Formats: sequence, structure tokens, C-alpha cells
Amino acid sequence: MALAAAPASAQTVKIGFITTLSGPQGIIGEHMKNSVELALDHLGRKIGGLDVEVIYGDDQVKPDVGKQLADEMLKKHKVNFVAGVIWSNVMLAVAPTVTGAGTFMIGTNAGPHELAGKMCHELFFTTSWQNDQTPEAMGKYMQDQNITDVYAMAPNYAAGKDMVSGFKRYFKNKIVGEVFTQLGQQDYQAEISQLRAANPKAVFVFYPGGMGIQFLKQYAQAGLRGQIPLYSVYTVDEISLPAVKEAALGQFETRYWSPDLKNEANQKYVTEFRKKYGKTPVFYGAQSYDGIMLIDSAVRAVKGDLTNKKGMIAAMRQVDYKSTRGPYKYNVNHFPIENFYLLKAVQDPSGELVMQIQRTVFESHKDSYAGECPMKW
Amino acid sequence: MSITLALVLEQTLNGLQYGVMLFLMAAGLTLVFGIMNLVNLAHGSLYMVGAYLATAFTERTGSFVLGVALALPATLLVGVVVEVVALRTLYERDHLDQVLATFGLILFFNELIAIVWGRAAIFTSVPQFLSGHFRVLPGLPYPTYRAVIILVGVAVAILLWGLVTRTRLGMRIRAGASNRTMIAALGVDIRLLYTLVFGLGAALAGLAGAMAGPLYSVQPGMGEAILIQVFVVIVIGGIGSIRGAIVGAIVVGMADTLGRAFLKAGPALASMSIYLLMAAVLFFRPEGFFPARSRS
Repeated sequence: MALAAAPASAQTVKIGFITTLSGPQGIIGEHMKNSVELALDHLGRKIGGLDVEVIYGDDQVKPDVGKQLADEMLKKHKVNFVAGVIWSNVMLAVAPTVTGAGTFMIGTNAGPHELAGKMCHELFFTTSWQNDQTPEAMGKYMQDQNITDVYAMAPNYAAGKDMVSGFKRYFKNKIVGEVFTQLGQQDYQAEISQLRAANPKAVFVFYPGGMGIQFLKQYAQAGLRGQIPLYSVYTVDEISLPAVKEAALGQFETRYWSPDLKNEANQKYVTEFRKKYGKTPVFYGAQSYDGIMLIDSAVRAVKGDLTNKKGMIAAMRQVDYKSTRGPYKYNVNHFPIENFYLLKAVQDPSGELVMQIQRTVFESHKDSYAGECPMKW
Repeated sequence: MSITLALVLEQTLNGLQYGVMLFLMAAGLTLVFGIMNLVNLAHGSLYMVGAYLATAFTERTGSFVLGVALALPATLLVGVVVEVVALRTLYERDHLDQVLATFGLILFFNELIAIVWGRAAIFTSVPQFLSGHFRVLPGLPYPTYRAVIILVGVAVAILLWGLVTRTRLGMRIRAGASNRTMIAALGVDIRLLYTLVFGLGAALAGLAGAMAGPLYSVQPGMGEAILIQVFVVIVIGGIGSIRGAIVGAIVVGMADTLGRAFLKAGPALASMSIYLLMAAVLFFRPEGFFPARSRS
């Protein structure tokens, strides 16, 4: 794998990867870290032909800790790239710190609207999505199906409100109830009783992590699973499916990626991830795998000259790597223009519950904030 | 949406069920706080241990009832070990040291569970024979499992009431809550009493966790989510009193559930309702509804 043309072959690419590795949310970080390691395996432990060192940091879901980690990675480890970050509030603290220091920030999950709009930066790229895009896809699908009398529920915090407003940007039919619950709430029985009394035709929810597991179990236990169809975003994924099993059967989600997406890069990623870690990967992992591949493509394009930042920006804008989502383009704000699909939780022939793509909802969907981004290229 | 009588009744049952769950947690916490003067932040960890053990035993034995039945003594044992190994040295220390040490225990248990079972939530479900609904009134179905939780909670409350008011052990517990020094002077082995009380509290928290498993997400850190409300319960009810724990738990369960269901002032106010209630109770009765009679 040695590149004869590399000007500084003894050089090492340093990547600081920030995610959550401890506490209940540590499971997401575990998937991301495993995917980074798998990507490095597939690249022969080289980035653009250079040796690579990845420094992992645990943000503990705290913006201040995330910022400290970024500072340490920049000053002590002198990293060339900072990547990762699950949470939007952590991202808003980390990204300006990194790009302000003249270093690349490659987001592999959080997509707060600020970074897609006014705060966009030439050194910031993301391999995920802008937060609003996924609920927009669900709003579009439900509008296209002419579903009406929808009951919407989400936790009462910034992302919860964004998800509902993103949904409403494309869903124009009647909403019979809009309920915001406490962040981290465990028991939804009171809300479910109210929901049943409102007698909606469909339910739209956003309940990430443990909240989703609780809500789905209780929704099924209340006997509503077969009665009122449930549509959600970021509620059912490959991490929560094994914990809810049948209670998720028939669940609809929208997403930009799914393990059953048919393309060469994705099939390689999913098969090898299952082989190495014994689990089905989740979108957080696919994005992180892509993040490493994107960095590799940039370093390859400048032939290992890490000081050539202009060259790397130009290379990344071309998306010259095989993404697990298939081909995509970057918008002016460095957020992907990508497809969104409708997924459904079904039982596969072996009896395991999996998310399966049903149809494409959006082709090459742009986020709603790119117009506010002053960057031109 | 019109508020019908059936809906109010259903929400009242929901509030009662939540209150019962809080009571099982609060009973142990209030006894430990009242009698041993120990602020135990790790009470939620015992709830988590109960949920995990019940899930593991249910998987092994294939029976939910047996799983819960085995989880109870097992959590009691964990509680006793924690008391003997870690907490004994803390009784004479001030509350800040206790808070720090028991916070350390929370981290310890969360990581231990993550090492043994992994960080991902594990699968639990309501057992088949309890998974249906039954009609409380025509047009008012209620999940059987939640009704069983109410019954178990009421049964435990009656048993505990009997234990505290009618038995010799209960007499010592009450005496311990009122005046620690005096009961030690009278020759009661206070160390053994403390271990017993802590174990009992652990078993009750374990029972709450075991029953919560099928409803909630069984994952590391699950105990901290409920702990805050439990502290509100014992503050409202009066520290050290089982009667206070019962009343406090029902009041908090009802206020929270009915507030979430019927308060139209928005989610922020609904989630604040129990804290506003606590502030009001503390204003009029600073020691809570039924404080253990203590002379300091």
C-alpha cells in the first residue's frame, strides 16, 4: 500500500473521534467506534496511503466535555481531523472550536440547522443529514398517502420540536393532537389513554433511545398496535429492535440508509460488520464508516499532503468514495443531497426483526437551510 | 377532546399504578434515611439490579413469576453485601460524604451491569397470561399487567404496615427511627437491625425493578430516572415513615399523571407539577405529612 509519490511518507494522519462511550447512550458510541475500526480494516489500516492514528474521546453527552475533548485533540494530539459527535448540542460546541482552529470537522451524526445555515463552514462536512430532513420525509409520505387526523408526540426539548416542525413542513392534513412529554420520561400510559380517547387515524412520534423502547412496549401493551398505525423517526433502529421485538412489528420509519440497501459498499459493510461484531449495524455506524472513507478520499486526492487544505476541501466536495448509502452529492453547505426511504419493521425468514426498505420517499432531497449558508463554490 | 368519566377513571388507575411503583421504591429509601440517617443515592441501582436479575431468572426458568420470586432474595442479598462492604463506614459521616460515596456506587453498578449484560437495552415483555386487558367498566379496558402491579403494591403496603406496627422487628424499626441512641443503649443490636432494614429496602426496590422491566427499557442507568420522584415522595410523606411513603407516593403518582393528562397549560408545567406540590407541602408542613417522631 506504500505510495511512492507521497511527499512525507513517514507522516501519520491523526483523527480525533468524539462520541459517547459511557452511560446508557454508550451503545451508540460502541457502534460508531466499531464502524470506524472496520473502515480502517478495509483501508488496510492506512488513510490515503499514510499511517493513521485514531484518538477516541467520550463526550458523556455533555457539550462542555465535548469542547474540552476537541481542545485536547487539537492542542495536545495535533489532529488533522476531528470526526464523530452524536448530539446536536455537543456538535454546536465542538464544530466551531475545531473549524475555528483551522482543522477539519467531519460530522457523522448530529445535523443542527445552525451548521447547515448561517454557521456553515468550508472545513465542516457531514456524512449524515440535517436534522429536519428525516421528519420531512415522513411528513411527505403521510401527506402523499393522504393520511389525516394524525396525533403527534415528541419529548419536550429542541430536537423534539424540530422533528415536529420538520414533519409539518410537508404534512398539511389535519393534526388532532400535539403532545410534548418530558425528556427522559419512562411511563407513557397517561398520554396513551389520552391518545386513545382522541381516536386519531395515525400516530407520528419521535422517541429516541430508551424513550422509544418504553413508548413502543406500552403502545403495544395498550392494544393499540393493531388498531392505530404508528409512524416514527429515530425511534426504531437496529439498536432498539432486539429490546422491543414484536412490539415494533409493522412500525414505519423514514431514513436515508438501511442495512438492506442494495449497493456494493453497503453490502460489504453490513456483511463484515455482522461477521466481526455479531450484530446488525445501525445508521450511526454507517455514517461513521462513511466519515472515515471520506477522509481517506481527501488525503488520497492531495497525495498525503495534509497541509493542502484547499485541495482536500475540493476533493471532499466531489464525494469521491463509495458511500454505504450509494452515490450522493454535497450541497453548498456541505450537507448531503440524498435519498430518503420508507422503512418498515418486519420479520425476516429466520424470525429476526429487521427494518426493510419499502419505497423511496425523496430522491436527492436538499435540506431547508442551505439557502442561508453564505458559502459559494 | 371531551373529558369523559371513563377517561378520568382510567387516568386515576394510571396514577394509582404509578404511585404504587413509587411506593415500593420509597418504602426502602425512607426507612434507610429515617432510621440509619443515610442518604442513599444508589437506591435506584438496586431497582436496576432487580430488573436485570428478574429478566435473567425469567429467561433461565421460563417463568416470569419464578423469575421475580428469585430476583427478590437475590436483590436482598446484593443489598446486604452493599451495606456490609460499603455503607457501614458511612453512618457517622455527614450527608455530603454519603452522597459522594453512594453516587460512586451508582457509577459502579451502571458499569458492572454494562460489563455483564452490555450497554444495549435488553428484551423484556409482559408474560403471556398477563398481557391482555380486562374491563373495569363497560367501555373501559385496562391492561391486566398494570392492574396486577396495583394489587401487588397494595398487598406489599399491607404486609409492611403489619410488619412495622404489629411485630417486634417493626417495633425496633420504629424505635430506631425515633431515637437511635436510646435503642442502642437498650441493648438492641443496631448493626444487625441496620443490615436487615437495608436488605428489606433493597428487596422492595428490586421488586419494583422486576415489575418495571416489562414496561420500561431495561438498560444501565434506568434507576436514576425514577429516583428523583422517589425523593420527592419521601420528602412530601415525611422521612422515616411508611405511612408517609404510602400517602406521598399516591399523591405524587396522582398529581403527575392527572397533571400530564388534564393540565392544558403545557408540558413544562405538567412536568413541574410534582415539584410545585412538594414546595407547597414543605411550606405548610416542613416535615412532610407524617414525619417519624424524632428527638434530635
